[in-house]
Amino acid sequence: MTSILLPESETEIEAIVHEAAQSRSPLAIHGGGTRPIGKPVHADRTLSTKLLTGITLYEPSELVISARAGTPLTEIQQTLAANRQRLPFEPIDYRHLLGNHGIPTIGGVTASNSSGPRRIHSGAARDSLIGVRATTGRGETIKSGGRVMKNVTGYDFVKLLAGSWGTLAVLTEVTYKLLPEAETELTLLLTGLSAERAVEAMTSALGTPFEVTGAAHLPARDGMPTRTALRLEGFDASVTYRTDRLDQVLKPFGAFETIAAEASRVLWKSIRDVEALESPHDAAIWRISVRPTDGPTVGKQLVEKLSSRVLYDWAGGLIWASGPSEGDGGAAIVRSAVAAVGGHAMLVRGSPELRATVPVFEPETSGVAAMSRLIKSAFDPAGVLNPGRM
Amino acid sequence: MSAIEIPKPDPRILARRNEIIAGLAALLPPTSLITEEDERRAYETDALTAYRRVPLAVVLPETTEQVSKVLAFLNQQGVKVVARGAGTSLAGGAIPSEDAVVLGVSKTSRILDVDTANRTIRVEAGVTNLGVSGAVAHLGFFYAPDPSSQLACTIAGNIGMNSGGAHCLKYGVTTNNVLGVKIVLIDGTIVEIGGAQMDAPGYDLLGLIVGSEGQLGVVTEATLRILPLAEGARPMLMGFQSAEDAGACVAAIIASGIIPVAIEYMDRPAIQVCEAFAHAGYPLDVEALLIIEVEGSEAEIEDLIGRITTIAADYNPSGLRVSQSEAESAAIWKGRKSAFGAMGRLADYICMDGTIPTGQLSAVLTGIAEICAGYGLRVSNIFHAGDGNLHPLVLFNANDPVEQHKAERCGEDILKLCVDLGGCLTGEHGVGIEKRDLMTYQFNTIDLDQQMRVKSALDPQWLLNPHKVFPLEGRPV
Repeated sequence: MTSILLPESETEIEAIVHEAAQSRSPLAIHGGGTRPIGKPVHADRTLSTKLLTGITLYEPSELVISARAGTPLTEIQQTLAANRQRLPFEPIDYRHLLGNHGIPTIGGVTASNSSGPRRIHSGAARDSLIGVRATTGRGETIKSGGRVMKNVTGYDFVKLLAGSWGTLAVLTEVTYKLLPEAETELTLLLTGLSAERAVEAMTSALGTPFEVTGAAHLPARDGMPTRTALRLEGFDASVTYRTDRLDQVLKPFGAFETIAAEASRVLWKSIRDVEALESPHDAAIWRISVRPTDGPTVGKQLVEKLSSRVLYDWAGGLIWASGPSEGDGGAAIVRSAVAAVGGHAMLVRGSPELRATVPVFEPETSGVAAMSRLIKSAFDPAGVLNPGRM
Repeated sequence: MSAIEIPKPDPRILARRNEIIAGLAALLPPTSLITEEDERRAYETDALTAYRRVPLAVVLPETTEQVSKVLAFLNQQGVKVVARGAGTSLAGGAIPSEDAVVLGVSKTSRILDVDTANRTIRVEAGVTNLGVSGAVAHLGFFYAPDPSSQLACTIAGNIGMNSGGAHCLKYGVTTNNVLGVKIVLIDGTIVEIGGAQMDAPGYDLLGLIVGSEGQLGVVTEATLRILPLAEGARPMLMGFQSAEDAGACVAAIIASGIIPVAIEYMDRPAIQVCEAFAHAGYPLDVEALLIIEVEGSEAEIEDLIGRITTIAADYNPSGLRVSQSEAESAAIWKGRKSAFGAMGRLADYICMDGTIPTGQLSAVLTGIAEICAGYGLRVSNIFHAGDGNLHPLVLFNANDPVEQHKAERCGEDILKLCVDLGGCLTGEHGVGIEKRDLMTYQFNTIDLDQQMRVKSALDPQWLLNPHKVFPLEGRPV
């Protein structure tokens, strides 16, 4: 039986981690617990930040927000929406895909560097993150970055801690820069394209100055053909103009229809949250990152060899693919397909047994692994924070 | 602040100079090793010219393998290494010590691969910033970070300092535009981090390396993001009778949902000097000038300029002017980009680089004016208003040691003010030696110790650019 620790302040977190380091007793680190990704952590105790809540700073005119790590993501999104602002990177909500019912926190979003379709235009979570406070494995709270837009003072631990899955430090407070919500959004939909043609269409569109903010290719399902979606966002007149210009670029790929407003938002939420791959619920799910033009090569092999259902985001550079629930979950085939073109694959969904036996993250080169070990040891010498997760 | 200390050279290293040079000679082609004093002197300082030390030797490797051999050798010999791009650091990031070897990247400047479909370019680290954009301009692409020194400065230096520029308001700084690097660690290990895909697995080592001021390794190649050139771009000028009005106008524009590619600010002294230099048509009867640039098609530009003009009307603008031609746009930017050079013709100056929350713009300008008046020094403010990155130029006479000392103390007080107002010591120039001893003002001992632990982990002997970033006192034994 694991016990759950629910600190309400940095001071309490420091005491818990310090004691854990002294007694060499590992801690599992949780926010809302909605991203159970990575190797299962064996720890008798879980430190949850879910009581460490509250927006600590919000300056709409400066496009900046700070919140304690356990603050629910929805609270932040609602606060921003009231001022027609948003987090630029469109964080994925993993709950449907991973079948759980927790409350996503801003700390969890940060620790997993969760980014969505707009990553191709506005960057990942790590690109919008401008400040952190975090308690290291020594039980000491450090700060890095701050609340200003440009900051090169000292080493950039902001980036290092984003996506470190709670293995270097327990995030206690994060600061993000924001973007205004777009006045208009419009999605151009091409239908029936193969993955190769879809990626050609998407990379052509991204090679224009028309600032496409989403480019995804959805698999055929239920008798419907494949769909290739390109999103434009901005001022009304600008979106109209850019749609006309993209019409010329996309001519070789057939006619497109457009969907606007709520219908467009629903589509991109479904892409962001990988709804196309939700069922069957026991399938393994892989998240694969390659160069966009290599996407179809990898996707095709997975379809042929694993009967995968494949969703392409980031113009083909991000592949979500299903794999068998049994055996290695498709790991050998996925990893060899990725190795052939360069990139990496992460097992996002799989049974605990599968995640315990198959490397969840892409195996690292010896040089990267050595650097990572040195850094882990500099932050968490006793190895008590989420041991084994990465 | 007394003058910035550069530690005395280690006599044991100086005594072994011939031996060290012989060792380097065995690893490099003769043209890649500089030993004569008059030639070494070219590497004694960077753009922080008040400080200079002639290095022990200079190496200019041609390949990553040569970098690897040189670092492995110097690590084994316990010799310090200062990596150097083009030497344009305003923070003294490339200033060596007499017992250090300078490792320059000037012989590595090839474009290795251009891939417009995937919007990436692979370059050797000695390529200049402008050289990257130049290599893809004919394909309709560019590289976004644009420091004022972009004609000379290298990608190696940009990565070291996480350089920004006037246009990063929309496009981000170096760290947002680098996808992968090849780096050589102090023991000679060559590591590929990231690649051409949009993210990398594992820890964000790339994020750590960018901005680490050459203290964790030497970058020899990089994969960068390139972006399609906008259809058009046009700057507009707006004058204001007070810094408050200009600052409030900037905040209102951003709050309206418009992110211009650049919003640059100049105060009255800067306007006078830059206008005399560039004849850009800046209004001379205003206290503050904003240069705002927007991008897009002709119709989009018109639309954005219309929106900005409407917003600005609430803040008493004067001399509002939209560029009518390419030549006029070029002149407007020439005035801004040559501002530092133009000021340099008037007097010596030190250029500060603090960042503040944009809501504190008028507070910081008032504070800066008071601080400078207190020292009896003149100041001119030129900065990136959209993101709060200030560049106050404190003017002084470099031939007067007393005045130089005053100017440095004045700059120090300005940076402390930036921190007090919720900002930071440096937005894009880096810490170098210049702000090293102020780090304790922004960070506490726990923060700095953790940063130094990472330094020690990757460079146990502290040989890579060791006298920078961290105060000399309080370092790990």
